[in-house]
Amino acid sequence: MSDTPAPPPVRRRETVEKVTALKHRPPTGFLRTYVFSLDHKVIGKQYLDLALVAVVTGMVLSWLMRFHLAYPDVAIPGLGRLAPTRGAGGVMTPELYLSLMTMHGTIMVFFVLTTAPFAGFGNFVLPIQVGAEDMAFPRFNMMSFWVTCVAFLVLLAAFFVPDGPPLSGWTAYAPLSAIGKDAGPGQGGGQTLWALSIAIFCVGQLLGSLNFIATTLDLRTRGMTLMRMPYSTWAWFITSVIGLIAFSVLLPACILLILDRVAGTSFFVPAGLVVSDRLQPHSGGSPLLWQHLFWFFGHPEVYIAILPGFGIVSHILPAFARKPLLGPKIAVGCMAAIGFLSYTVWGHHMFLSGMNPLSATLFSVPTLIITIPATIMVLLWIGTIYGSRLRFTTASLFCLGFVSVFVSGGISGFFLAQPSIDTYLHGTYFVVGHFHFVMGVAAMFGIFAGTYFWFPKMYGRMMNETLGKIHFTLTLIGVYATFMPMHYLGLAGNVRRYSAFTDDYMKGSQPLHRFITMAALFTGAVQLIFLVNLVWSRLRGAKAPDNPWQATTLEWSVPSPPPFDNFGGKHPVVVHGPDEYGGTSPEGDFVLQAAPPASGTA
Amino acid sequence: MGKLFAVILAVITAVSAGVFIARVWWLPPDISVLGAGIDHQLGETMIASGVLFVVSQLVLAAFVWQYADAGDGRPIKIFPGGATPMVVMATVLVGIEILVLTLVGTKVWAGIFLSPPDPNALHIDVQAEQFAYYFRYPGPDGKFGVPHPELIDDGNGNFFGLDPANDTTARDDIVSASLVVPVNLPVLLTLHAKDVGHAFYVPELRIQQDFVPGLVIPLQFTATETVKKEIVCTQLCGLGHFNMRAYLEVKPPDQFAQWLTEQAAQ
Repeated sequence: MSDTPAPPPVRRRETVEKVTALKHRPPTGFLRTYVFSLDHKVIGKQYLDLALVAVVTGMVLSWLMRFHLAYPDVAIPGLGRLAPTRGAGGVMTPELYLSLMTMHGTIMVFFVLTTAPFAGFGNFVLPIQVGAEDMAFPRFNMMSFWVTCVAFLVLLAAFFVPDGPPLSGWTAYAPLSAIGKDAGPGQGGGQTLWALSIAIFCVGQLLGSLNFIATTLDLRTRGMTLMRMPYSTWAWFITSVIGLIAFSVLLPACILLILDRVAGTSFFVPAGLVVSDRLQPHSGGSPLLWQHLFWFFGHPEVYIAILPGFGIVSHILPAFARKPLLGPKIAVGCMAAIGFLSYTVWGHHMFLSGMNPLSATLFSVPTLIITIPATIMVLLWIGTIYGSRLRFTTASLFCLGFVSVFVSGGISGFFLAQPSIDTYLHGTYFVVGHFHFVMGVAAMFGIFAGTYFWFPKMYGRMMNETLGKIHFTLTLIGVYATFMPMHYLGLAGNVRRYSAFTDDYMKGSQPLHRFITMAALFTGAVQLIFLVNLVWSRLRGAKAPDNPWQATTLEWSVPSPPPFDNFGGKHPVVVHGPDEYGGTSPEGDFVLQAAPPASGTA
Repeated sequence: MGKLFAVILAVITAVSAGVFIARVWWLPPDISVLGAGIDHQLGETMIASGVLFVVSQLVLAAFVWQYADAGDGRPIKIFPGGATPMVVMATVLVGIEILVLTLVGTKVWAGIFLSPPDPNALHIDVQAEQFAYYFRYPGPDGKFGVPHPELIDDGNGNFFGLDPANDTTARDDIVSASLVVPVNLPVLLTLHAKDVGHAFYVPELRIQQDFVPGLVIPLQFTATETVKKEIVCTQLCGLGHFNMRAYLEVKPPDQFAQWLTEQAAQ
């Protein structure tokens, strides 16, 4: 190490190092090693396992919903036993449908799309990628996971309260969500648990965001300048800045909602409401205030879900294209621009909410402008493939799939961003198709790409590539068959959040709904291949070498899996960029970030 | 594998776009004065984004097909001109598209939501509640009675909480469960909710608007054809949300006048 030229030292590195060295030693007992671990790698895996449990739960809920939509009168085996009152005889009531929908949305957005791509992969990979031994605040990190876990349990508890789980959607619009039992089934204890769960979740994510920011800024190893940071680290860093602001708005909003429900305040409930024949004892609140607070969080949340995907694709694609990302500085600039713009567009969810119609134009313009950095990112990925030597692994295929579904979902956003078109499409399946593509499927593809890519580093074993490729191919077909037809439904005026289509003009949509249900069940079944691969590879997969993909970043210069302190007591010194592929070096057509500089400069 | 991916992607693109182009599922016929502007805006956006969709998916497929690693160690090539010209072009093209769509679209939007109400418009007061709509016409005096939430009594048909004993303007108010309007006459609705949030959506009119508790929200339209269509709720309002609907009946002026007289007599 002494023979390499010393790049400028990173500010404050020494002080932080001392702190972590004092407080953070390898654990000995089972509990401290696997359960209440301070190790960012264990915490990252815990987050991913939590997301796996959550995604299976959320997916099963969606199957039940889809089945009911396609065959409203056909009994679902076992449903009668699980929900004796609302699923009597196996046929679900409208309120059970809405509850499943609410829980599906909440579980997927918060406990899958936020935890897996950001907290899961970010925790495992980011510290190694910047050359740190751990996160800046390991105790906060552990707390962040367990707080999130509690939030998940509190949410699941809503299934078991006498009044049933909430049914006001993942957006929980007031006053439906704020006035309690009078608003109907599910609006009692279940809705309070929902608000409590989300409030707790916010605390976990705030701790995580602070940790990511501090780690990225303060714990980078020597030579890891900002522009040498891998794109995935950039994306997690930008995401954590977004998360810090977004969750610190949602947290008080949820507290106010809980107060409205249990303490008789009126933040979101105006005077003179008569619900279930009872004049409500509230006055002075504003339902629009909830919408503003919720969407001020809610839109950036879309980018919290998708930006890590941007980073993962920008990181993985060059590794398999065997060439550097096109326009690295532009890519980082675009991600930062998206992060900033994400705070200027929340009103596009509220064009028809009764807010001043003039402000619709104000929110429409930045919404359309945000398509520019998003378009540029797509062009950079496609431009990176040009002239490359593209290798097809499951990870790279999911990156290509990500680009495709992100384009599809992004383009339908062009319609919804315009108030004059939203006035027709708002509240229809067009919106459902749009956001499932752009933040659901695209983010999931990012998660899959990350899983197939980093699995060898996490568990020291390779995943099965044949199963992976079958999984990818069938999933790609399945998601298009599921979500593209939703755009057709929306164009025909088919309204979302209906438990049955009894309206004259919507009855005709039934065959298409059946097709979508078939496609959704098919896509769900395909995920079993992934689950089998995941479990089998964890136990029996082929031993993974340190650098199976011939990649460049720091996580590939340490053993698979990495030792407790990541670098075996040594500090890597970074002298290369994050994606130096396509050249020649002793290792092959790539240069490790920590490889000594080419001869002549040493 | 790359070729398989490229072929699958091309097929997905062709099928997806084909269904749009063939209009297998499409908007119902427009029956309003302002609908044409919305349809035009949607059509323009459909063409622009359709081209963008097809081109980007096919270019992605073609590149994946073309640049698969053959293991021949061929040198990599940088995209002609690098990233900058591409970025500038994307910014300019998308920027122009945004500008045009915004300029044209704002006019359409302003026509619906920002233009002052027509002085000759028929004013109808609309109340949404779990899970029904009620429509109130001012009656011969042309004035609406003042609603009092504490007097609302659905059991006795006092949906709006009117006080005809003390409020003379309330005595002749006509309340209907259907929205009946004359053809080709501007209609001004004032929307308010009794309990939770709801919405007013008639796909054939191309308009949608939320009811927000605590707010009175104006909404205008002019129906151009005599039809009977459904009004549906698009804002989640509780277990009966899927079943919340009323009918919009557009009648010739004479039939509308007759209907109004009949209602007043009841």
